[in-house]
Amino acid sequence: MRPSETTTGRGGARPRPGRPGRPSDGVAGRLPWVLVVPAVAGMVFLVLPPAGLLIRAPWPTLLERLGEPQVLEALRLSLVTATIATLVCLLLGVPLAWLLARVSFPGRRLVRALITVPLVLPPVVGGVALLLVLGRRGLVGQWLEQAFGFSLPFSTAGVVVAEAFVAMPFLVISVEGALRAADLRFEEAAATLGASRWTVFRRVTLPLVAPGIMAGAVLCWARALGEFGATITFAGNFPGRTQTMPLAVYLALETEPEAAIVLSLVLLAVSVVILAGLRDRWVTGP
Amino acid sequence: MFRRLFARRVVTALLALTLAAALSGCGSGDPATSAAATSGGAGTLTVFAAASLTGTFTELGKAFEAAHPGTKVTFNFGSSATLAQQIVQGAPADVFAAASPATMKTVTDASLASGPVTFTRNRLQIAVPAGNPAKVDDLADLADPRVKVALCAEQVPCGAAAVKALDAAGLKVTPVTLEQDVKATLTKVELGEVDAALVYRTDVIASAGKVRGVDFPEAGKAVNDYPIAALTKAPAGPAAQRFVDLVLSRQGRDALTGAGFEAP
Repeated sequence: MRPSETTTGRGGARPRPGRPGRPSDGVAGRLPWVLVVPAVAGMVFLVLPPAGLLIRAPWPTLLERLGEPQVLEALRLSLVTATIATLVCLLLGVPLAWLLARVSFPGRRLVRALITVPLVLPPVVGGVALLLVLGRRGLVGQWLEQAFGFSLPFSTAGVVVAEAFVAMPFLVISVEGALRAADLRFEEAAATLGASRWTVFRRVTLPLVAPGIMAGAVLCWARALGEFGATITFAGNFPGRTQTMPLAVYLALETEPEAAIVLSLVLLAVSVVILAGLRDRWVTGP
Repeated sequence: MFRRLFARRVVTALLALTLAAALSGCGSGDPATSAAATSGGAGTLTVFAAASLTGTFTELGKAFEAAHPGTKVTFNFGSSATLAQQIVQGAPADVFAAASPATMKTVTDASLASGPVTFTRNRLQIAVPAGNPAKVDDLADLADPRVKVALCAEQVPCGAAAVKALDAAGLKVTPVTLEQDVKATLTKVELGEVDAALVYRTDVIASAGKVRGVDFPEAGKAVNDYPIAALTKAPAGPAAQRFVDLVLSRQGRDALTGAGFEAP
Protein backbone atom coordinates (compact mmCIF):
# COMPACT_ATOMS: atom_id res chain seq x y z
CA MET A 1 0.00 0.00 0.00
CA ARG A 2 1.49 3.26 -1.06
CA PRO A 3 1.45 5.98 1.57
CA SER A 4 -0.45 8.33 -0.74
CA GLU A 5 -3.46 6.04 -0.74
CA THR A 6 -3.78 5.49 2.95
CA THR A 7 -6.70 7.11 4.63
CA THR A 8 -6.09 5.49 7.99
CA GLY A 9 -3.01 5.38 10.15
CA ARG A 10 -0.39 8.07 10.25
CA GLY A 11 -0.39 8.62 6.52
CA GLY A 12 -3.97 9.86 6.73
CA ALA A 13 -2.85 13.20 8.08
CA ARG A 14 -2.33 14.57 4.59
CA PRO A 15 -4.62 17.45 3.66
CA ARG A 16 -7.67 16.68 1.61
CA PRO A 17 -7.68 18.01 -1.92
CA GLY A 18 -9.32 21.41 -2.20
CA ARG A 19 -9.01 22.16 1.49
CA PRO A 20 -5.37 23.02 1.91
CA GLY A 21 -4.00 23.73 5.31
CA ARG A 22 -7.03 22.45 7.19
CA PRO A 23 -6.63 20.03 10.07
CA SER A 24 -7.61 16.69 8.68
CA ASP A 25 -10.10 14.45 10.39
CA GLY A 26 -8.46 11.41 8.84
CA VAL A 27 -6.43 10.55 11.96
CA ALA A 28 -7.89 7.33 13.27
CA GLY A 29 -7.34 5.45 16.52
CA ARG A 30 -8.76 5.59 19.98
CA LEU A 31 -9.90 9.01 21.17
CA PRO A 32 -7.69 10.08 24.07
CA TRP A 33 -9.84 10.48 27.19
CA VAL A 34 -7.48 13.14 28.49
CA LEU A 35 -8.85 15.36 25.75
CA VAL A 36 -12.40 14.13 25.40
CA VAL A 37 -13.42 14.46 29.06
CA PRO A 38 -12.39 18.10 29.48
CA ALA A 39 -13.78 18.85 26.01
CA VAL A 40 -17.22 17.58 26.97
CA ALA A 41 -17.03 19.33 30.36
CA GLY A 42 -16.13 22.55 28.58
CA MET A 43 -19.02 22.17 26.18
CA VAL A 44 -21.53 21.56 28.97
CA PHE A 45 -20.16 24.53 30.90
CA LEU A 46 -20.69 26.83 27.94
CA VAL A 47 -24.01 25.45 26.73
CA LEU A 48 -25.80 24.98 30.05
CA PRO A 49 -26.37 28.65 31.07
CA PRO A 50 -27.98 29.64 27.72
CA ALA A 51 -30.07 26.47 27.99
CA GLY A 52 -31.19 27.73 31.39
CA LEU A 53 -32.58 30.81 29.68
CA LEU A 54 -34.62 28.60 27.37
CA ILE A 55 -35.99 26.57 30.25
CA ARG A 56 -37.02 29.58 32.31
CA ALA A 57 -38.43 31.56 29.39
CA PRO A 58 -42.05 32.69 29.80
CA TRP A 59 -43.17 31.00 26.56
CA PRO A 60 -46.91 31.89 26.73
CA THR A 61 -46.28 35.64 26.76
CA LEU A 62 -43.21 35.53 24.55
CA LEU A 63 -44.77 36.75 21.32
CA GLU A 64 -46.64 39.53 23.05
CA ARG A 65 -43.44 40.84 24.63
CA LEU A 66 -41.54 40.59 21.36
CA GLY A 67 -44.04 42.93 19.76
CA GLU A 68 -43.22 45.74 22.16
CA PRO A 69 -41.70 48.60 20.16
CA GLN A 70 -38.91 49.14 22.72
CA VAL A 71 -37.63 45.61 22.17
CA LEU A 72 -37.38 46.03 18.39
CA GLU A 73 -35.82 49.45 18.82
CA ALA A 74 -33.13 48.13 21.15
CA LEU A 75 -32.47 45.16 18.84
CA ARG A 76 -32.15 47.40 15.79
CA LEU A 77 -29.83 49.75 17.65
CA SER A 78 -27.69 46.83 18.85
CA LEU A 79 -27.31 45.36 15.37
CA VAL A 80 -26.61 48.69 13.71
CA THR A 81 -24.05 49.88 16.28
CA ALA A 82 -22.26 46.52 16.50
CA THR A 83 -21.97 46.38 12.70
CA ILE A 84 -20.67 49.94 12.38
CA ALA A 85 -18.25 49.32 15.27
CA THR A 86 -16.97 46.21 13.46
CA LEU A 87 -16.45 48.20 10.25
CA VAL A 88 -14.53 50.84 12.20
CA CYS A 89 -12.44 48.09 13.81
CA LEU A 90 -11.71 46.57 10.39
CA LEU A 91 -10.65 49.90 8.92
CA LEU A 92 -8.29 50.67 11.80
CA GLY A 93 -7.53 47.22 13.18
CA VAL A 94 -6.34 45.39 10.05
CA PRO A 95 -3.66 47.99 9.24
CA LEU A 96 -2.66 47.99 12.91
CA ALA A 97 -2.33 44.20 12.91
CA TRP A 98 -0.26 44.41 9.69
CA LEU A 99 2.01 47.00 11.27
CA LEU A 100 2.56 44.80 14.31
CA ALA A 101 3.16 41.65 12.29
CA ARG A 102 5.20 42.93 9.34
CA VAL A 103 7.05 46.08 10.33
CA SER A 104 9.63 46.01 13.04
CA PHE A 105 9.91 49.29 14.85
CA PRO A 106 11.20 50.27 18.27
CA GLY A 107 8.63 49.74 20.99
CA ARG A 108 6.63 47.20 19.03
CA ARG A 109 6.33 44.88 22.02
CA LEU A 110 5.08 47.74 24.16
CA VAL A 111 2.49 48.74 21.56
CA ARG A 112 1.34 45.15 21.33
CA ALA A 113 0.90 45.02 25.09
CA LEU A 114 -0.87 48.38 25.19
CA ILE A 115 -3.47 47.52 22.57
CA THR A 116 -4.56 44.52 24.62
CA VAL A 117 -5.28 46.75 27.62
CA PRO A 118 -8.97 47.19 26.69
CA LEU A 119 -9.24 43.39 26.96
CA VAL A 120 -8.23 43.26 30.60
CA LEU A 121 -9.77 46.58 31.60
CA PRO A 122 -13.17 46.15 33.25
CA PRO A 123 -15.52 47.63 30.62
CA VAL A 124 -16.96 50.14 33.12
CA VAL A 125 -13.45 51.49 33.69
CA GLY A 126 -13.05 51.67 29.92
CA GLY A 127 -16.21 53.76 29.82
CA VAL A 128 -14.89 56.14 32.46
CA ALA A 129 -11.58 56.40 30.57
CA LEU A 130 -13.48 57.25 27.38
CA LEU A 131 -15.43 59.92 29.26
CA LEU A 132 -12.22 61.43 30.60
CA VAL A 133 -10.79 61.70 27.08
CA LEU A 134 -13.79 62.11 24.79
CA GLY A 135 -16.32 63.53 27.26
CA ARG A 136 -17.54 67.10 27.25
CA ARG A 137 -14.75 68.11 29.62
CA GLY A 138 -12.31 65.49 28.38
CA LEU A 139 -8.90 66.10 26.85
CA VAL A 140 -10.08 65.67 23.26
CA GLY A 141 -13.81 66.00 23.79
CA GLN A 142 -13.48 69.55 25.09
CA TRP A 143 -11.91 70.54 21.81
CA LEU A 144 -14.51 68.63 19.76
CA GLU A 145 -17.26 70.47 21.59
CA GLN A 146 -15.69 73.88 21.08
CA ALA A 147 -14.68 73.39 17.45
CA PHE A 148 -17.69 71.52 16.13
CA GLY A 149 -20.30 71.80 18.89
CA PHE A 150 -20.29 68.02 18.82
CA SER A 151 -20.25 65.75 21.82
CA LEU A 152 -20.00 61.97 21.80
CA PRO A 153 -21.43 60.90 25.16
CA PHE A 154 -25.16 60.10 25.13
CA SER A 155 -25.21 59.75 21.33
CA THR A 156 -25.48 56.71 19.08
CA ALA A 157 -21.96 57.55 17.83
CA GLY A 158 -20.86 57.25 21.45
CA VAL A 159 -22.24 53.70 21.56
CA VAL A 160 -20.18 52.85 18.47
CA VAL A 161 -17.06 54.35 20.05
CA ALA A 162 -17.54 52.39 23.29
CA GLU A 163 -18.14 49.13 21.41
CA ALA A 164 -15.20 49.65 19.06
CA PHE A 165 -12.91 50.43 22.00
CA VAL A 166 -13.76 47.18 23.74
CA ALA A 167 -13.96 44.97 20.63
CA MET A 168 -11.02 46.11 18.48
CA PRO A 169 -8.32 44.18 20.38
CA PHE A 170 -10.13 40.94 19.50
CA LEU A 171 -9.82 41.76 15.81
CA VAL A 172 -6.23 42.97 16.00
CA ILE A 173 -5.07 39.88 17.88
CA SER A 174 -6.77 37.44 15.51
CA VAL A 175 -5.56 39.21 12.38
CA GLU A 176 -2.04 39.55 13.72
CA GLY A 177 -2.06 35.85 14.55
CA ALA A 178 -3.20 35.04 11.01
CA LEU A 179 -0.52 37.30 9.53
CA ARG A 180 2.22 35.69 11.58
CA ALA A 181 1.05 32.21 10.65
CA ALA A 182 0.86 33.08 6.92
CA ASP A 183 3.67 31.95 4.65
CA LEU A 184 5.98 34.90 4.07
CA ARG A 185 7.37 33.40 0.87
CA PHE A 186 4.34 34.47 -1.20
CA GLU A 187 4.86 38.08 -0.17
CA GLU A 188 8.61 37.80 -0.81
CA ALA A 189 7.98 36.36 -4.27
CA ALA A 190 5.60 39.19 -5.12
CA ALA A 191 8.15 41.72 -3.90
CA THR A 192 10.95 40.22 -6.00
CA LEU A 193 8.64 40.49 -9.00
CA GLY A 194 8.51 44.24 -8.40
CA ALA A 195 5.28 44.68 -6.48
CA SER A 196 5.19 47.60 -4.05
CA ARG A 197 4.42 46.97 -0.38
CA TRP A 198 0.88 48.32 -0.84
CA THR A 199 0.30 46.05 -3.86
CA VAL A 200 1.69 43.08 -1.94
CA PHE A 201 -0.65 43.85 0.95
CA ARG A 202 -3.67 44.26 -1.32
CA ARG A 203 -3.09 41.42 -3.77
CA VAL A 204 -1.22 38.83 -1.69
CA THR A 205 -1.46 39.39 2.06
CA LEU A 206 -5.15 40.27 2.30
CA PRO A 207 -6.43 37.26 0.30
CA LEU A 208 -4.03 35.05 2.24
CA VAL A 209 -5.30 36.08 5.66
CA ALA A 210 -8.94 36.67 4.67
CA PRO A 211 -10.23 33.78 6.81
CA GLY A 212 -8.33 35.18 9.79
CA ILE A 213 -9.79 38.64 9.20
CA MET A 214 -13.28 37.16 8.93
CA ALA A 215 -12.85 35.20 12.16
CA GLY A 216 -11.55 38.32 13.88
CA ALA A 217 -14.43 40.40 12.56
CA VAL A 218 -16.94 37.84 13.82
CA LEU A 219 -15.33 37.83 17.29
CA CYS A 220 -15.27 41.62 17.24
CA TRP A 221 -18.92 41.87 16.19
CA ALA A 222 -20.02 39.39 18.85
CA ARG A 223 -18.14 41.28 21.54
CA ALA A 224 -19.59 44.60 20.37
CA LEU A 225 -23.10 43.15 20.37
CA GLY A 226 -22.80 42.02 23.98
CA GLU A 227 -21.04 45.17 25.20
CA PHE A 228 -22.57 46.57 28.37
CA GLY A 229 -20.25 48.31 30.82
CA ALA A 230 -18.43 50.78 28.57
CA THR A 231 -21.64 51.59 26.71
CA ILE A 232 -23.77 52.44 29.74
CA THR A 233 -20.93 54.44 31.29
CA PHE A 234 -19.87 56.38 28.20
CA ALA A 235 -23.03 56.60 26.11
CA GLY A 236 -25.63 56.41 28.87
CA ASN A 237 -28.98 54.74 28.48
CA PHE A 238 -31.80 56.26 26.45
CA PRO A 239 -34.34 54.21 24.49
CA GLY A 240 -33.92 54.53 20.73
CA ARG A 241 -30.64 56.43 20.96
CA THR A 242 -28.21 54.58 23.20
CA GLN A 243 -30.19 51.76 24.80
CA THR A 244 -28.81 48.59 23.23
CA MET A 245 -30.12 45.12 24.07
CA PRO A 246 -27.69 44.40 26.93
CA LEU A 247 -28.70 47.69 28.59
CA ALA A 248 -32.38 46.91 28.12
CA VAL A 249 -31.79 43.46 29.62
CA TYR A 250 -30.02 44.91 32.65
CA LEU A 251 -32.77 47.42 33.39
CA ALA A 252 -35.53 44.90 32.79
CA LEU A 253 -33.81 42.67 35.35
CA GLU A 254 -34.41 45.34 38.00
CA THR A 255 -38.14 44.93 37.91
CA GLU A 256 -39.20 42.20 35.50
CA PRO A 257 -36.81 39.24 35.34
CA GLU A 258 -39.13 37.52 32.84
CA ALA A 259 -38.86 40.42 30.40
CA ALA A 260 -35.09 40.27 30.83
CA ILE A 261 -35.12 36.59 29.85
CA VAL A 262 -37.16 37.34 26.74
CA LEU A 263 -34.79 40.12 25.71
CA SER A 264 -31.78 37.89 26.30
CA LEU A 265 -33.34 35.15 24.19
CA VAL A 266 -33.95 37.56 21.33
CA LEU A 267 -30.34 38.73 21.43
CA LEU A 268 -29.15 35.14 21.69
CA ALA A 269 -31.30 33.90 18.80
CA VAL A 270 -30.38 36.74 16.47
CA SER A 271 -26.65 36.47 17.15
CA VAL A 272 -26.60 32.69 16.83
CA VAL A 273 -28.45 32.86 13.48
CA ILE A 274 -26.12 35.53 12.12
CA LEU A 275 -22.93 33.88 13.40
CA ALA A 276 -23.99 30.44 12.15
CA GLY A 277 -24.81 31.95 8.76
CA LEU A 278 -21.45 33.68 8.56
CA ARG A 279 -19.60 30.60 9.69
CA ASP A 280 -21.04 28.47 6.93
CA ARG A 281 -20.43 31.18 4.39
CA TRP A 282 -16.93 32.27 5.34
CA VAL A 283 -15.17 30.36 8.02
CA THR A 284 -15.69 26.76 6.91
CA GLY A 285 -15.38 27.58 3.25
CA PRO A 286 -17.47 26.16 0.41
CA MET B 1 10.78 26.22 11.29
CA PHE B 2 11.61 27.23 14.83
CA ARG B 3 10.34 30.71 14.15
CA ARG B 4 7.08 29.42 12.81
CA LEU B 5 6.65 27.21 15.81
CA PHE B 6 7.43 30.06 18.14
CA ALA B 7 5.02 32.36 16.37
CA ARG B 8 2.33 29.74 16.67
CA ARG B 9 2.97 29.49 20.40
CA VAL B 10 2.63 33.24 20.73
CA VAL B 11 -0.67 33.09 18.91
CA THR B 12 -1.89 30.31 21.17
CA ALA B 13 -0.84 32.22 24.24
CA LEU B 14 -2.58 35.34 23.00
CA LEU B 15 -5.73 33.39 22.27
CA ALA B 16 -5.69 32.01 25.79
CA LEU B 17 -5.24 35.52 27.11
CA THR B 18 -8.10 36.74 24.97
CA LEU B 19 -10.42 34.08 26.30
CA ALA B 20 -9.42 34.76 29.88
CA ALA B 21 -10.00 38.46 29.39
CA ALA B 22 -13.31 37.88 27.68
CA LEU B 23 -14.45 35.77 30.59
CA SER B 24 -13.48 38.36 33.15
CA GLY B 25 -14.90 41.17 31.06
CA CYS B 26 -18.31 39.62 30.58
CA GLY B 27 -18.90 39.27 34.30
CA SER B 28 -18.86 42.92 35.16
CA GLY B 29 -22.41 43.62 34.10
CA ASP B 30 -23.88 40.71 35.97
CA PRO B 31 -25.72 41.79 39.09
CA ALA B 32 -25.83 38.24 40.46
CA THR B 33 -22.07 37.92 40.91
CA SER B 34 -21.88 40.44 43.73
CA ALA B 35 -24.19 38.31 45.84
CA ALA B 36 -21.73 35.45 45.87
CA ALA B 37 -19.15 37.62 47.60
CA THR B 38 -21.26 38.10 50.68
CA SER B 39 -21.90 34.61 51.95
CA GLY B 40 -22.29 34.65 55.70
CA GLY B 41 -20.56 32.31 58.09
CA ALA B 42 -20.85 31.86 61.85
CA GLY B 43 -20.72 35.19 63.65
CA THR B 44 -21.29 37.07 60.40
CA LEU B 45 -24.20 39.38 59.76
CA THR B 46 -24.94 40.17 56.12
CA VAL B 47 -26.81 43.37 55.38
CA PHE B 48 -28.20 44.17 51.92
CA ALA B 49 -28.74 47.90 51.73
CA ALA B 50 -29.57 50.56 49.15
CA ALA B 51 -26.54 52.27 47.63
CA SER B 52 -27.54 55.60 49.17
CA LEU B 53 -27.02 54.10 52.64
CA THR B 54 -23.36 53.22 52.02
CA GLY B 55 -21.82 55.83 54.32
CA THR B 56 -24.28 55.65 57.21
CA PHE B 57 -24.58 51.88 57.31
CA THR B 58 -20.83 51.30 57.16
CA GLU B 59 -20.57 53.53 60.22
CA LEU B 60 -23.45 51.74 61.99
CA GLY B 61 -21.89 48.38 61.10
CA LYS B 62 -18.73 49.36 62.95
CA ALA B 63 -20.80 50.44 65.96
CA PHE B 64 -22.62 47.10 65.88
CA GLU B 65 -19.35 45.16 65.76
CA ALA B 66 -18.06 47.18 68.73
CA ALA B 67 -21.22 46.42 70.72
CA HIS B 68 -21.26 42.72 69.78
CA PRO B 69 -17.67 41.44 69.90
CA GLY B 70 -17.14 38.43 67.67
CA THR B 71 -19.77 39.45 65.16
CA LYS B 72 -18.66 40.68 61.79
CA VAL B 73 -20.98 42.81 59.67
CA THR B 74 -20.64 42.59 55.91
CA PHE B 75 -22.56 44.73 53.45
CA ASN B 76 -23.87 44.39 49.94
CA PHE B 77 -24.71 47.88 48.73
CA GLY B 78 -26.48 48.30 45.41
CA SER B 79 -29.64 49.27 43.63
CA SER B 80 -32.57 48.24 45.85
CA ALA B 81 -34.27 46.52 42.93
CA THR B 82 -31.19 44.40 42.21
CA LEU B 83 -30.77 43.53 45.90
CA ALA B 84 -34.42 42.52 46.15
CA GLN B 85 -34.00 40.22 43.14
CA GLN B 86 -30.88 38.70 44.68
CA ILE B 87 -32.70 37.99 47.95
CA VAL B 88 -35.62 36.40 46.10
CA GLN B 89 -33.10 34.25 44.20
CA GLY B 90 -31.77 32.96 47.52
CA ALA B 91 -28.84 35.24 48.37
CA PRO B 92 -27.82 34.63 52.03
CA ALA B 93 -28.90 37.95 53.55
CA ASP B 94 -29.92 38.75 57.13
CA VAL B 95 -31.22 42.30 56.83
CA PHE B 96 -32.64 44.21 53.87
CA ALA B 97 -32.82 48.01 53.86
CA ALA B 98 -34.46 49.30 50.69
CA ALA B 99 -34.81 52.76 49.19
CA SER B 100 -38.47 52.27 48.35
CA PRO B 101 -41.50 50.35 49.65
CA ALA B 102 -41.95 48.86 46.15
CA THR B 103 -38.60 47.07 46.20
CA MET B 104 -39.23 45.85 49.77
CA LYS B 105 -42.58 44.51 48.57
CA THR B 106 -40.74 42.19 46.15
CA VAL B 107 -39.18 40.53 49.20
CA THR B 108 -42.27 40.51 51.46
CA ASP B 109 -44.37 39.12 48.58
CA ALA B 110 -41.99 36.19 48.45
CA SER B 111 -42.60 35.70 52.22
CA LEU B 112 -38.93 36.31 52.93
CA ALA B 113 -39.58 39.23 55.29
CA SER B 114 -42.54 40.51 57.26
CA GLY B 115 -43.48 43.75 58.93
CA PRO B 116 -40.92 46.12 57.36
CA VAL B 117 -40.51 49.38 59.26
CA THR B 118 -39.90 52.77 57.65
CA PHE B 119 -36.69 53.94 59.28
CA THR B 120 -35.83 57.04 57.29
CA ARG B 121 -36.77 59.20 54.33
CA ASN B 122 -34.82 60.83 51.56
CA ARG B 123 -35.74 63.64 49.22
CA LEU B 124 -34.51 64.57 45.80
CA GLN B 125 -32.30 67.49 44.99
CA ILE B 126 -31.06 68.89 41.70
CA ALA B 127 -27.33 68.20 41.45
CA VAL B 128 -25.30 70.54 39.26
CA PRO B 129 -21.56 70.47 38.49
CA ALA B 130 -19.27 72.92 40.27
CA GLY B 131 -19.83 76.37 38.75
CA ASN B 132 -23.33 75.44 37.54
CA PRO B 133 -22.52 76.05 33.83
CA ALA B 134 -26.15 75.90 32.67
CA LYS B 135 -27.37 78.19 35.50
CA VAL B 136 -29.96 75.78 36.84
CA ASP B 137 -31.95 77.31 39.73
CA ASP B 138 -35.16 75.34 39.80
CA LEU B 139 -36.91 72.28 38.43
CA ALA B 140 -38.41 74.18 35.47
CA ASP B 141 -34.88 74.81 34.13
CA LEU B 142 -34.52 71.09 33.51
CA ALA B 143 -37.21 71.26 30.82
CA ASP B 144 -35.03 73.61 28.76
CA PRO B 145 -33.80 71.57 25.77
CA ARG B 146 -30.35 73.20 26.00
CA VAL B 147 -29.84 71.75 29.48
CA LYS B 148 -28.45 68.23 29.48
CA VAL B 149 -30.17 66.23 32.19
CA ALA B 150 -29.45 62.79 33.63
CA LEU B 151 -32.18 60.93 35.50
CA CYS B 152 -32.30 57.50 37.10
CA ALA B 153 -34.19 54.90 35.11
CA GLU B 154 -37.79 54.57 36.20
CA GLN B 155 -37.18 50.97 37.32
CA VAL B 156 -34.99 52.10 40.23
CA PRO B 157 -36.32 54.10 43.24
CA CYS B 158 -34.57 57.40 42.48
CA GLY B 159 -36.02 57.30 38.95
CA ALA B 160 -39.52 56.61 40.22
CA ALA B 161 -39.18 59.55 42.62
CA ALA B 162 -37.93 61.79 39.80
CA VAL B 163 -40.95 60.95 37.65
CA LYS B 164 -43.23 61.69 40.60
CA ALA B 165 -41.60 65.07 41.24
CA LEU B 166 -41.66 66.09 37.57
CA ASP B 167 -45.30 65.02 37.25
CA ALA B 168 -46.18 67.01 40.36
CA ALA B 169 -44.59 70.07 38.75
CA GLY B 170 -46.32 69.36 35.43
CA LEU B 171 -42.98 69.36 33.62
CA LYS B 172 -41.87 67.32 30.64
CA VAL B 173 -38.13 66.70 30.77
CA THR B 174 -36.24 64.81 28.06
CA PRO B 175 -33.08 63.49 29.71
CA VAL B 176 -30.01 62.49 27.70
CA THR B 177 -29.67 59.34 29.75
CA LEU B 178 -31.59 57.15 32.20
CA GLU B 179 -28.95 55.74 34.51
CA GLN B 180 -29.03 52.36 36.22
CA ASP B 181 -28.57 53.72 39.75
CA VAL B 182 -28.22 56.96 41.64
CA LYS B 183 -24.40 56.77 41.96
CA ALA B 184 -24.02 56.44 38.18
CA THR B 185 -26.30 59.45 37.73
CA LEU B 186 -24.22 61.46 40.18
CA THR B 187 -20.98 60.46 38.42
CA LYS B 188 -22.26 62.01 35.18
CA VAL B 189 -22.66 65.31 37.07
CA GLU B 190 -19.29 65.02 38.82
CA LEU B 191 -17.58 64.57 35.44
CA GLY B 192 -19.49 67.53 34.03
CA GLU B 193 -21.04 65.44 31.25
CA VAL B 194 -24.51 66.67 32.15
CA ASP B 195 -25.67 70.06 33.38
CA ALA B 196 -28.06 68.72 35.98
CA ALA B 197 -29.43 65.52 37.48
CA LEU B 198 -32.06 64.53 39.99
CA VAL B 199 -30.42 62.60 42.83
CA TYR B 200 -30.96 62.23 46.56
CA ARG B 201 -29.98 65.02 48.89
CA THR B 202 -27.77 62.54 50.76
CA ASP B 203 -25.79 61.80 47.60
CA VAL B 204 -25.05 65.48 47.09
CA ILE B 205 -23.81 65.72 50.68
CA ALA B 206 -21.73 62.54 50.31
CA SER B 207 -20.05 63.89 47.17
CA ALA B 208 -18.19 66.34 49.44
CA GLY B 209 -18.38 69.45 47.33
CA LYS B 210 -17.81 67.88 43.92
CA VAL B 211 -21.40 68.72 42.96
CA ARG B 212 -23.74 71.41 44.23
CA GLY B 213 -27.29 70.73 45.36
CA VAL B 214 -30.29 72.87 44.45
CA ASP B 215 -33.46 72.39 46.49
CA PHE B 216 -36.85 72.57 44.80
CA PRO B 217 -40.31 72.65 46.39
CA GLU B 218 -41.74 69.75 44.35
CA ALA B 219 -39.24 67.41 46.06
CA GLY B 220 -41.67 67.35 48.99
CA LYS B 221 -44.15 65.45 46.81
CA ALA B 222 -41.68 62.69 46.01
CA VAL B 223 -40.11 61.76 49.31
CA ASN B 224 -38.83 58.18 49.39
CA ASP B 225 -39.62 56.05 52.40
CA TYR B 226 -36.85 53.61 53.32
CA PRO B 227 -38.13 50.36 54.84
CA ILE B 228 -35.94 47.90 56.75
CA ALA B 229 -36.65 44.32 57.78
CA ALA B 230 -34.87 41.34 59.28
CA LEU B 231 -35.30 38.47 56.84
CA THR B 232 -37.28 35.42 57.94
CA LYS B 233 -34.57 33.01 56.77
CA ALA B 234 -31.71 35.08 58.21
CA PRO B 235 -28.70 32.77 58.66
CA ALA B 236 -27.52 34.97 61.55
CA GLY B 237 -30.81 34.47 63.45
CA PRO B 238 -31.64 36.99 66.21
CA ALA B 239 -28.59 39.15 65.38
CA ALA B 240 -30.51 40.37 62.33
CA GLN B 241 -33.23 41.93 64.46
CA ARG B 242 -30.59 43.45 66.76
CA PHE B 243 -29.09 45.28 63.77
CA VAL B 244 -32.55 46.55 62.77
CA ASP B 245 -33.04 47.78 66.34
CA LEU B 246 -29.73 49.65 66.17
CA VAL B 247 -30.80 51.40 62.95
CA LEU B 248 -34.12 52.38 64.57
CA SER B 249 -32.43 53.56 67.80
CA ARG B 250 -31.48 57.12 68.64
CA GLN B 251 -27.90 56.38 67.55
CA GLY B 252 -29.07 55.13 64.15
CA ARG B 253 -31.36 58.08 63.64
CA ASP B 254 -28.57 60.54 64.48
CA ALA B 255 -26.23 58.88 61.99
CA LEU B 256 -28.90 59.09 59.30
CA THR B 257 -29.86 62.71 59.88
CA GLY B 258 -26.15 63.58 59.98
CA ALA B 259 -25.89 62.26 56.42
CA GLY B 260 -28.86 64.31 55.21
CA PHE B 261 -31.68 61.82 55.67
CA GLU B 262 -34.95 62.87 57.27
CA ALA B 263 -36.75 61.33 60.24
CA PRO B 264 -39.69 59.16 59.15
